[in-house]
Amino acid sequence: MIRTPLRPLARILDARNRGENPDAIERENLRLRHEEMRDKARSRAEGRLLVLAVFFFCAFSVVGARMGILAGTTVEEPRASTAGNTIFAGRADIVDRRGRVLATNLSTHSLYAQPPHMIDPERAAHELVGIFPDLDVDRLIKDFTGKRKFLWIKKNLSPEQMQKVHDIGDPGLLFGPREMRLYPNGRLASHVLGGASYGVEGVSSAEVIGVAGVEKAFDTWLRDPARDGQPLRLSLDLTVQAALERVLDGGMKLTNAKGAAAVLMDADTGEIISLASLPDFDPNDRPRPLTKGDQSDSPLFNRAVQGLYELGSTFKIFAVSQAMELGLVEPDTMVDADAPMKWGRYTIKEFQGKNYGPLLSVSDVIAKSSNVGTANIALDIGGERQQDFLESLGLFEPTAIELVEGPTGKPILPANWSEIVTITTSYGHGMSASPLHLATAYASLLNGGTKVTPTLLANPDPEPGPRVVSERVSAAARKMLRRVVTDGTASLGEVEGYQVAGKTGTADKPRRDGRGYYNDKVINTFSSVFPADDPQYVLVVTLDEPSDNTGEQPRRTAGWTAVPVAAEVIRRTAPLLGLRPHVEPPLAPEITLTASR
Amino acid sequence: MTEMVYGAIPARSGEPILPRWWRTIDKWSLSCVLLLFGVGILLGLASSPPLAARNGFEPFHYVQRQAVFGVAALITLFVTTLMTPQLVRRLAVLGFIGAFAALAMLPAFGTDFGKGAVRWYSLGFASVQPSEFLKPGFVVVAAWMMAASQDLNGPPGRSLSLGLTLAIVGLLAMQPDFGQACLVLFSWGVMYFVAGAPITLLVVLAVLVAGAGTFAYNASEHFARRIDGFLSPDLDPTTQLGYATNAIREGGFLGVGVGEGQVKQWLPDAHTDFIIAVAAEEYGLILVLCIIALYTTIVVRSLIRLMRERDPFIRLAGTGLACTFGVQAMINMGVAVRLLPAKGMTLPFVSYGGSSLIAGGIMVGMLLAFTRARPQGEIGDILLSRGR
Repeated sequence: MIRTPLRPLARILDARNRGENPDAIERENLRLRHEEMRDKARSRAEGRLLVLAVFFFCAFSVVGARMGILAGTTVEEPRASTAGNTIFAGRADIVDRRGRVLATNLSTHSLYAQPPHMIDPERAAHELVGIFPDLDVDRLIKDFTGKRKFLWIKKNLSPEQMQKVHDIGDPGLLFGPREMRLYPNGRLASHVLGGASYGVEGVSSAEVIGVAGVEKAFDTWLRDPARDGQPLRLSLDLTVQAALERVLDGGMKLTNAKGAAAVLMDADTGEIISLASLPDFDPNDRPRPLTKGDQSDSPLFNRAVQGLYELGSTFKIFAVSQAMELGLVEPDTMVDADAPMKWGRYTIKEFQGKNYGPLLSVSDVIAKSSNVGTANIALDIGGERQQDFLESLGLFEPTAIELVEGPTGKPILPANWSEIVTITTSYGHGMSASPLHLATAYASLLNGGTKVTPTLLANPDPEPGPRVVSERVSAAARKMLRRVVTDGTASLGEVEGYQVAGKTGTADKPRRDGRGYYNDKVINTFSSVFPADDPQYVLVVTLDEPSDNTGEQPRRTAGWTAVPVAAEVIRRTAPLLGLRPHVEPPLAPEITLTASR
Repeated sequence: MTEMVYGAIPARSGEPILPRWWRTIDKWSLSCVLLLFGVGILLGLASSPPLAARNGFEPFHYVQRQAVFGVAALITLFVTTLMTPQLVRRLAVLGFIGAFAALAMLPAFGTDFGKGAVRWYSLGFASVQPSEFLKPGFVVVAAWMMAASQDLNGPPGRSLSLGLTLAIVGLLAMQPDFGQACLVLFSWGVMYFVAGAPITLLVVLAVLVAGAGTFAYNASEHFARRIDGFLSPDLDPTTQLGYATNAIREGGFLGVGVGEGQVKQWLPDAHTDFIIAVAAEEYGLILVLCIIALYTTIVVRSLIRLMRERDPFIRLAGTGLACTFGVQAMINMGVAVRLLPAKGMTLPFVSYGGSSLIAGGIMVGMLLAFTRARPQGEIGDILLSRGR
C-alpha cells in the first residue's frame, strides 16, 4: 500500500523557500483526500440506499397486497366472544313417545341498555317502569346516568312489551334476540322435564342450558349443533301422563295426603310411560329451591325418583318369589304364621294385632299380608341370599334413570345386615327405596323374570336383561298378587277387564329425629301389574301421609288410599295405552256346545 | 467600476431564491406531500364528526383545527425547504436540544390523558408530544455525528450517536412508548447501515433488538397484551383491530360510499391510528392504494435522489428522515391490516393531530431540503459552476 503523506516534505520545503504557508498544502491535500473518500463512500452508500429503496417498495407493496386481500374477503359479524367460542343458542325440542311436543323454543327478545347512547335517561327509566312495574326507577336512573356502558334490563319480552319499549324511542334501549325455552303443557311432567335457563349471554344470542331433569341430563345432547335440531324422544306418553297426574292429584286431595308419586312403566322394556310427583311446579317458571327446611317438602323434589321411603309390605313378594325360586316353598306350602313372633328383644306383630296362624299357605301370606309368615320365609332364605336377590332386582343402587336427580335416589340400607334386618326387610321396613326402584323391581320380577332398566327414552327393543327368576316363579307370583286384589287387602283395586294384580304396602314414617316411627304418619304404596295373565305395565302409586277420614276412624292403610287411586289410574289409562279389556264371555249354554259337536 | 460610476443595477451573485428552489426541489415528493395533506382533510371530514359529537363540538371542529395546523405545517415545510443544509443542521441541533430537554422533563410536567403513558404536554388549547419533534432533530444530529466521524481526525461520532440513541430510547421506554423507541432505534440503524456498517455488526444489533423486545414483552403488561392480541390467530371482532379489519372488508374495492362508513362510530382512534380503516371503508381499496403509492413515492424517490449525494451528512440525514417517515406510515398501515402488532403510531400528514402534522412538516421539509438538486462534482456541475 502506498501511503501518500498530507505534508510531502519536498513540497513543504519548496513552499518555505518561496515564502508561502506550507499549511495550505496540507489543507489542499486533506481536501483532496476527503473528496476521494467521499466518492468512495458514495459508491458504497449507493448500493445500500438502493437496498433500502427496494426494501421500502417491497414493504409498502406487501401492505397494499394485504389490504387487497382483506378487501376481497367477506365481512364477519361482530360477536361478543371470540370465534373459537361462539354462543350456540339452539336447543332441540323434547317430544313424547308419539312425537307430541313437551319442550320447545320460542323466539323472543331480551332488553338491554347502552347508557352512553341514551338521549333522555330519566324519561326512559320512568317509561320502563310503566311497562315493567317490577323495575325500580331510582336504580334505573342511577344505572343510566352512571358510568355503566351496558346493562341487561329484561331477559325475555313479549311482543307487546317489546313494542312498548320500542315506542319509548330511546336509541340507548336495545333488543337482543333470544331463544326462550317453552313448556307448552305447563305443569305436565314437570319433574321429568326439569327446566332450563340462560347460560352464557351475549347481545346477539344466549345459551339455553338445562337446570334439572332430562333438560340437564341431556344438556349436551340437546345443544349439540351436529344433531341439527333433531328432537329428543322420550318414553313418556303425554295423554297418559295427563290422566295419571289428574287422577293422582284428585286422589292426593281426597286422602288428605301431603304428597304423592306414581310411576307407570312398561313391564318388558323398562320404558317409563308416565312419572309424576306431587306437588309439582311449572317448568316455565321454576320456583327457587328452599333455602331452609327439608328439601323433600319443595315442589321441586321428585318423590318418585328422589323420595326414599320404607315401602312396606310391597316387599313381601320378593321374599316369597325368592323362596319359590330356591325351591323352599310352593304357593300352597303351609308356613308358620303364628303371631306375635318373638325374635330376641323384638316382637313381630301383624296389622292391628291379628293372628293369621298358626299355619298359613304361602299364597295366603301374600293375600293377607302376613308379616310373621314372610319373616319365617325370609329366615329360611337367610340374609346373604336375600341381599343378593334384592341387589339383582336393582334395589341397592340408584336407578339408571336419565335424570340428573337419579343418582340422589340411592337406597338407604342398614349398616349391618343382622337377622332382624332380614326379617324387617322381608316386609319392607328397615331399608328405604324410591317408588321407581319398586316399579323396576316389580317389572323385573313379574314380566317373566328378566331384569329391566328404567329409562325415559323411547326404546321399544332393549337388550333383554339377566334373568332374576324363572318364568314359572314369575307366573306364580303374579297369580298370588292377583289374589291380593280378588280376595285380599287390595280389593278396591279391581278394574274390570284388566286383571289387576298387586301388593299393598303401609309403612310407618320414621321420625325425623331418628327415634322410632310416627304413630299417625304413614307411607301408603300400591304396586301393581296389569293384566295379570299377560303383564304389560307396572304401576306404583305412593301417597305420603294419607288419611281416609270418611269413616268413623281415620284409615291409613294402602287398601283404602293408594289402591283406589291406582285403580282409577288404571281405569283411565289402560284404554289410552291401547289395552283391550278382557271381558269374559258369558258362559254359552251347554246345549249349544253339545249341539255344535 | 463602470457599474459603480453609472449606478447600474447590482448584479445578483446567484440565482433568485424561488426559481432556484423550484428548479432544485423534488417536485414529485412535494406534490405527494400536498396530496397526502389533502387526503388527510378529506378523511378528517369523514372520521372526526362522531368524535366531535362525543366531545360536544360542532361536527367539523376537528377538520377546522386540522386545516389550521395543516397550513402551519405546510408553511413550516416550505420555509424549511428553503434553507441550506447547513442552516437546517444548525436549527435542527437547537431543536433537538429543546425537544430532548422536553422529553426528559415529561415525567415531571407531562400528562397521560388517561391512556396509561405519559407522552404529552398539555398546553390548554392543544397538546404537544415532544417525541414527535425529537425525531427529525435526532436524525440530523446523529447524521452529523456519523458524517463527522468519517472525516480524517474526526470525532468518534458513531459511538457518540449510539449513546445518544440509547439515552432517547431509554427515556421513551420509560413513558412507556415502545413504538417511538423502536422508531428512533430504527432510524439510527438505517443511518448506520448507509454510513457503512459492517454486516456482522448489523446482525448482532438485530439480535439485541429481539432481546429487548422479549424483555419488554415480559416486563410490560401493556406491551405483552398487544403482542398476544397480534399473535392469536382468532381476532376478536370487538377490539379496535377487529373493527378496523372488518371496516377494510366492508369497504371492499370501491368503498361503501362517502359518509356511509360505520367504523368511525365504534373506533375511538378512528381519526388517528386507524384512519386508514376509515379510508378503506368509505373509499375502498382504491384510495388506500393511492395513499400507499404516495408514501412509497416520497420514500423511494428521496432515497434514489440521495444515491447521487456526495456529502455524507446530507446523505445520512436524508436517509434517516426518509426512512423514519416511511416506516411510520408503514407501521400504521401494517397494524390496520394485522401485519404488525398494535402500536400507537400516526399516519404522517393524514392522521389528525397538531403535533404530528407540524412535526411531519418539519421532517419532510428537512428531507426535501436535503434532496434538493445541488452540484455533485460531476462534469456538468463543474462546467456550470465554472461558467458562473
